[in-house]
Amino acid sequence: MKYRNALANAHGLGPAKSGLRHWWMQRLTAVVLALLTPFAVYCLAKYGISDYAQIKSLFAQPMFSGLSALYVLALFWHAQLGLQVVVEDYIHSPGLEIALQAAIKIVYSLASAVAVIAIVRLSLIA
Amino acid sequence: MSAHKRPLSPHLQVYNPQITSVMSILHRMTGVVLALGSLGLLWVLTSLSMGPEAFSGTKACLDGTFGRLAVFVFSLCLMYHLFNGVRHLFWDIGKGYDLATVTRSGLLVLALAALSTAGLWLLAGSNGGAL
Repeated sequence: MKYRNALANAHGLGPAKSGLRHWWMQRLTAVVLALLTPFAVYCLAKYGISDYAQIKSLFAQPMFSGLSALYVLALFWHAQLGLQVVVEDYIHSPGLEIALQAAIKIVYSLASAVAVIAIVRLSLIA
Repeated sequence: MSAHKRPLSPHLQVYNPQITSVMSILHRMTGVVLALGSLGLLWVLTSLSMGPEAFSGTKACLDGTFGRLAVFVFSLCLMYHLFNGVRHLFWDIGKGYDLATVTRSGLLVLALAALSTAGLWLLAGSNGGAL
């Protein structure tokens, strides 16, 4: 039996208005992270972070710095989506919840911007 | 909602821990650790971009006892969240829902998380204690 009426189908929205987008972006970023994390941790474990020249030469390759940028953007997006749900579930005081949700969005937006700038800078210093 | 002290129906605390419930809350807890820890990753990346001198200070922090412990905890959480996240993605496409499979995939995730974390640190150690 169909419970949704035609108008609801036309709008394509549940009562939360944006739930599907949250769910979808969480999965999309999860897939990106699941594909890139093995590569990232393997590189870190194998090469370490002792040899600065080697790190610079890695970031000098556009594909490496590009994938790094994709990785941190997916990471911070996924992180703030997850923290948002945790706050929604456990923080019941409205004032504190709004403050925390705002702080999460701002901190992770800033983190994304700073990370991309750092990667661009790292890829350009000779 | 009201703040009245009304009786609640039996809740989480009346259940014995089960692999399903424990792994579910672990997924969330490791997720929070990783979300906060990712800001540490940002700190590493930022200091890298500011040159070898700035980075040597960061490296000294990471080489200390607390730094190493933090990186180890982060890696363990990351491996758990990664493998359990893939388990969630299988559930999202409708696979692996019967109870026997849920238990088996849960045990598999725990084993993979432990083995991969051990493997990563052995690999790091065999490269002259890199990191």
